[in-house]
Amino acid sequence: MKTLIVILLSAMLTDNFVLSKFMGICPFLGVSKKLDSASGMGLAVTFVMICATIVTYPIHHGILVPAHLEYFDTVVFILVIALFVQIVETVLKKTIPSLYKSLGVYLPLITTNCAVLGVTVLNIDNSYGFLQSIVNALGAGLGFMLALVIFSGVRKKLEYADIPETFKGVPATLIAASIVSVSFMGFSGLFG
Amino acid sequence: MAEKKRTPAQEFSKGIIKENPTLVMLLGMCPTLAVTTQAMNGIGMGLATTFVLLGSNIVISALRKVIPDKVRIPSFIVIIASFVTLIGFLLEGFVPSLYDSLGIYLTLITVNCIIFGRAEMFASKHGIGASILDALGMGLGFTLALFLMGSVREILGSGKWLGLAIPYLKDTPMLLFIMPAGGFFTLGCIIAAVNKLAKRKPPAEIACGQGCGECPHADSCGGKAGETA
Repeated sequence: MKTLIVILLSAMLTDNFVLSKFMGICPFLGVSKKLDSASGMGLAVTFVMICATIVTYPIHHGILVPAHLEYFDTVVFILVIALFVQIVETVLKKTIPSLYKSLGVYLPLITTNCAVLGVTVLNIDNSYGFLQSIVNALGAGLGFMLALVIFSGVRKKLEYADIPETFKGVPATLIAASIVSVSFMGFSGLFG
Repeated sequence: MAEKKRTPAQEFSKGIIKENPTLVMLLGMCPTLAVTTQAMNGIGMGLATTFVLLGSNIVISALRKVIPDKVRIPSFIVIIASFVTLIGFLLEGFVPSLYDSLGIYLTLITVNCIIFGRAEMFASKHGIGASILDALGMGLGFTLALFLMGSVREILGSGKWLGLAIPYLKDTPMLLFIMPAGGFFTLGCIIAAVNKLAKRKPPAEIACGQGCGECPHADSCGGKAGETA
């Protein structure tokens, strides 16, 4: 049995969702231009990941497994996530308008963020318990945020760099991402 | 986009070169980077995605007048997820080795922006015939891009191509290329090369920078995400 700390840290660092599992690349490249939008997106994703895990876990183990309908996982999970994003948006709008203002614009983008579906499916695949699943979701979300925040700093510097014409824009961003990813390789083997 | 009338041949071929979903439109980055450690995986992923794209385009195009506008996004998602479940079963049954090597990324076809983007931009506005051609073209373009990525990474990273050893390269493979960092690097170089060949300026931004007209979330975000990003 892995301890919770190991799950948390490995989801955050060694198995970073963005830089070593390639999940959530679109927001990683799209929303990482400014530090505040990067951290806003990171927070929103972490929040939705944890909530989605709390909802999908009981659905999988309480309804789908007893009914032998495990193969409906994908359909059910993605619906739950889409529904959930909608609910979170509505609730936040009514109750905490200030938080909605800072996270609101990212929420609709999260439905198609593969990291969220990825973490719910991985929790089932790795047969984590309920608490472990939540910790894994937390770690994945924090790792996502960490990658976004670090990368937004790199991109800020990149804007002033003198880059060959053909590499300007997305190619340079991707190569910078590759270098950030190399730095995360340093974490591998941290937990044997 | 859809204003100009295209011939069926153009409908098919636009996805392969001019509007190649991966290398030009920059959609579906996650599977592009994740599964392309081998050329064979690239082809498998590409074909699986093509299958899902074809199925969902046909169904969505057939139902485009039935699905109310307000619930179209959940409806599209369910249709796409059903096809993903189907291809999962087929691969598990007939090509178990590919099923294992694609792993979780097979499930994640559900949230591949290419499929969702085509459903929203094309299939929900065009007839079945055009949607089939569009799906085949886009799928083929995606498969080719993945095959290219996979070939470069497999040849440099493990000294093999489609499983066949290459002399010299086999002895000193550059392991970095089959690691995550190599994926980003290879994709960056390929996009730069495509831009050079096409004599185009590289796109400055991914996703939100491409204008809200093509973004499936344009309605819900109202262009705000693009401003803050």
